[in-house]
Amino acid sequence: MALLDIKDLRVQFRTNDGVVNAVNGITLSLERGGALGIVGESGSGKSQLAFAVMGLLAKNGRATGSVSFDGQEILNAPPSVINRVRANKIGMIFQDPMTSLNSYMRVSDQMMEVLLHHKGMSKDQAAKECVRMLDAVKIPDAAGRFRLYPHEFSGGMRQRVMIAMALLCKPDLLIADEPTTALDVTVQAQIMQLLGDLRHDFGMATILITHDLGVVAGFCDEVMVMYGGQVMEKSPVDPVFAAPSHPYTRGLLHALPRVDQEGEELASIPGTPPNMMRAPKGCPFAPRCEFEIDRCTVALDPLTEFAPGRFRACNRPVEELA
Amino acid sequence: MVLSSIDMSALAERLAADEVKGRSLWADARSRFIRNKAAVGGLILLIVITLYALAAAHVSPYAYDTADFMIMGHAAELGAPSWESGHYFGVDNDGFDVFVRTAFGTRISLFVGIVGSAIAVIVGTLYGATAGYVGGRTDQIMMRIVDILLAIPYMFVLILLLVMFGRSLFMLFVGIGLLSWLSMARIVRGQTLSLKNKEFIQAAQAAGVPAWKIILRHIVPNLLGIVAVYATLLVPDMILTESFISFLGLGPAPPVTSLGALIAEGAGTMRYGYLWSLNAPLAFFVLTQFAFFFVGDGLRDALDPKDR
Amino acid sequence: MTIPLLKVEDLRVTFQISREGDMPWTKPLQLHAVGGVSFELMPGETLGIVGESGCGKSTLARAIIQMVPATGRAVWEDGVDLLSLSSREMLKYRSDIQMVFQDPLASLNPRMTVGQIIAEPLTTHHPGLSKDEVKLRVKAMMDKVGLLPNQINRYPHEFSGGQCQRIGIARALIVEPKLLICDEPVSALDVSIQAQVINLLMKLQRELGLAMIFIAHDLSVVKHISDRVMVLYLGRTMEVATSGDLYSAPQHPYTQALLSAVPIPDPAAERAKRMIPLEGDLPSPLRPPSGCVFRTRCPRAEARCAADAPRLNPGDHQVACHFPGPLAEFRKAMEEA
Repeated sequence: MALLDIKDLRVQFRTNDGVVNAVNGITLSLERGGALGIVGESGSGKSQLAFAVMGLLAKNGRATGSVSFDGQEILNAPPSVINRVRANKIGMIFQDPMTSLNSYMRVSDQMMEVLLHHKGMSKDQAAKECVRMLDAVKIPDAAGRFRLYPHEFSGGMRQRVMIAMALLCKPDLLIADEPTTALDVTVQAQIMQLLGDLRHDFGMATILITHDLGVVAGFCDEVMVMYGGQVMEKSPVDPVFAAPSHPYTRGLLHALPRVDQEGEELASIPGTPPNMMRAPKGCPFAPRCEFEIDRCTVALDPLTEFAPGRFRACNRPVEELA
Repeated sequence: MVLSSIDMSALAERLAADEVKGRSLWADARSRFIRNKAAVGGLILLIVITLYALAAAHVSPYAYDTADFMIMGHAAELGAPSWESGHYFGVDNDGFDVFVRTAFGTRISLFVGIVGSAIAVIVGTLYGATAGYVGGRTDQIMMRIVDILLAIPYMFVLILLLVMFGRSLFMLFVGIGLLSWLSMARIVRGQTLSLKNKEFIQAAQAAGVPAWKIILRHIVPNLLGIVAVYATLLVPDMILTESFISFLGLGPAPPVTSLGALIAEGAGTMRYGYLWSLNAPLAFFVLTQFAFFFVGDGLRDALDPKDR
Repeated sequence: MTIPLLKVEDLRVTFQISREGDMPWTKPLQLHAVGGVSFELMPGETLGIVGESGCGKSTLARAIIQMVPATGRAVWEDGVDLLSLSSREMLKYRSDIQMVFQDPLASLNPRMTVGQIIAEPLTTHHPGLSKDEVKLRVKAMMDKVGLLPNQINRYPHEFSGGQCQRIGIARALIVEPKLLICDEPVSALDVSIQAQVINLLMKLQRELGLAMIFIAHDLSVVKHISDRVMVLYLGRTMEVATSGDLYSAPQHPYTQALLSAVPIPDPAAERAKRMIPLEGDLPSPLRPPSGCVFRTRCPRAEARCAADAPRLNPGDHQVACHFPGPLAEFRKAMEEA
């Protein structure tokens, strides 16, 4: 049985200006220990997908479909169930470590809170466990810095603290939402390496949400490319980069300047991201797609397997995209 | 650069295309405000109250400063509100028509509130924006002056002024105007400080736009939202202050009156067994306050939409 | 030989930091945001400036156009030192040097129409132009940057991020500058939009013969757009070279570490890559290390590095390091030792 099983997940937000369709029917499953990368640009719904799984949607948001974790349905489950799963089974780290840490509480108190409340540990035990975890995320002099406030850490160190907090309960699944976007490249490299090491040490499954294809290439086993709240392509990591099967994935890869290659002109994707106010009809990428045919504005073929383990949602067969 | 004639004509066509009208933030805010029922209700109520305050004297056959000597002292028996006599809200114990006097008092109260808040808007905005934009030592000195003025016990000084220089509308304006802009200046300065670091201000500086133009064209228009909200909420505050002063008997001298003075009178004559000379000014006072609060709240929601 | 468009010599920016609650007479701390940077920029050339946050790259750009006070010299092509000018004298040069900012939406006044925003530099520098003339030029410029001219009366919030950045570019180019300073112009944009804006900038540069200073933390973007690249660390220049040289044969250990950290969108290459880890955190610019500022995190640091600061060697490929050299040589030496 898969660790995480999402079926036809949809997320809508009611706003003053109308309904925003953030996620439009996502189905995916993740095995224990697997690493899935979810790639998409802003407005692709990748973060809302994670928030829906965690039951953290904003008040005006509504999720439908099914999310089962370890065989248990957690979508729209009562708070007691969700809280238990969140505390023990799923850890989450966010883009901006400063806003997700409480600046008025010592790091020690914030970390220990989880253990004291959910694991019923004694204060000494909890403190010891926290320091051990800070050591595991390679914070130098963890015992000495344990009682500092968040602003006394640098950006990279704060993200390490967040990771340590997320790992405290030894989760089966770690969701990392743009964990390195706010960080410099050298720090980003350190954090990604750390996440990779921890994944092997703790054996947890990881979902990495990012806009950076480079980060995905180094970290994940499998990639899911999202656009307009829908999955465009889902595949093991190597073939996606070698031979992207969807016009959008191709566009993304060609639009990326690279340090290891001499570049000619970048192949940009024309147009602008879709307006999520309009109800989804056809392929969300159609207006920007060079392979668009008439049918694309009306309907989109469902995600189908075209090679072992590789799925794509496109009205044109792979061979036609040349 | 050489452009082919086809390019040129295509360009000319694009340049001549009909201009699309934009939707400004103000237009956005207006449509949000109109959708807010409580705020629109408040606004309508305010218009009605203002119309009443301005027109009552022309509708009623009575004047605000002439007493009906027949009723004087017998208000409880003879002065009850009635449609036929033309005393729509009744007559008070001094023989004055309550309908006309309440209208007059409302007019004075609104006037005090609006003038006080207008002074706050003009002086406070310019003072705060200048202090915030110039920054450094100038800002320090300007804001310390505000601190010092705020430290003076406001009500005490106002009462002292009125006692020393006599009760007059002018003195009331001087007192309220002197102090009402202080907190406005503080709010505006804080907003200006955060605006100053926005990139569009830097862009204007980089383009060489002079400082006074940056303040007037880039800072002030972006402050107007919060200023409008604060000014609307300041009006009822000013009315309240004036009423308090008048209730103490230090307001403008009779026959000029205000809602506060009328409420004081009405409260004083309750023991004669009639309530109409209290009820009318009290009702208008409460309605005016509510209306301004609703409008202010509506403006805040419209101009500062956090949950979008 | 052509005269450089801009020649910057020993530019320094020092901020006085007074802490919260300090008394007026306490001496403020000195923060050296930029500590002696020199470079030349030829007409039509693009100089990329890279470095991590806090390396002073944005401050350097703002110092050139006198938005932050600086010492040193910045000599314009006519021999005038821009840093010595009063703000009135500087006005003449402001139309020659324009800037594009990082945050597309925040750099546009939300209360002004696109037409008013783009026209502002034009009306500031050419107050004599008639309204119709201004409008015509604004529309022509909008067309040039790929915006529909009939959108002239719309407001910034009605545009997407990429379009807002086009508006920012139009505003900068309307006064026909000779130098365009781009401060992280694409880092807030999505990948697909980023490529559009980079292509637009490169196209306009070719057409208008602009010189460009392109500031970014994304090394791949800088490589793509720049002729020469300068690497900054803690306000000091580490290495300057042509883009080809710098990326294929970096000499400075910091540049090497930086390049090795860039993720490559190719799983095989990414797995094969050997990263050079940087020890510790960025030192506080309030108390920079003695000698070479990079020595606290440098794998090659020796006693000499703490004693005296290395200078940039003259030549085409400039490096400020006592022990410069390709990475392979250093690795070999390490393994032998």
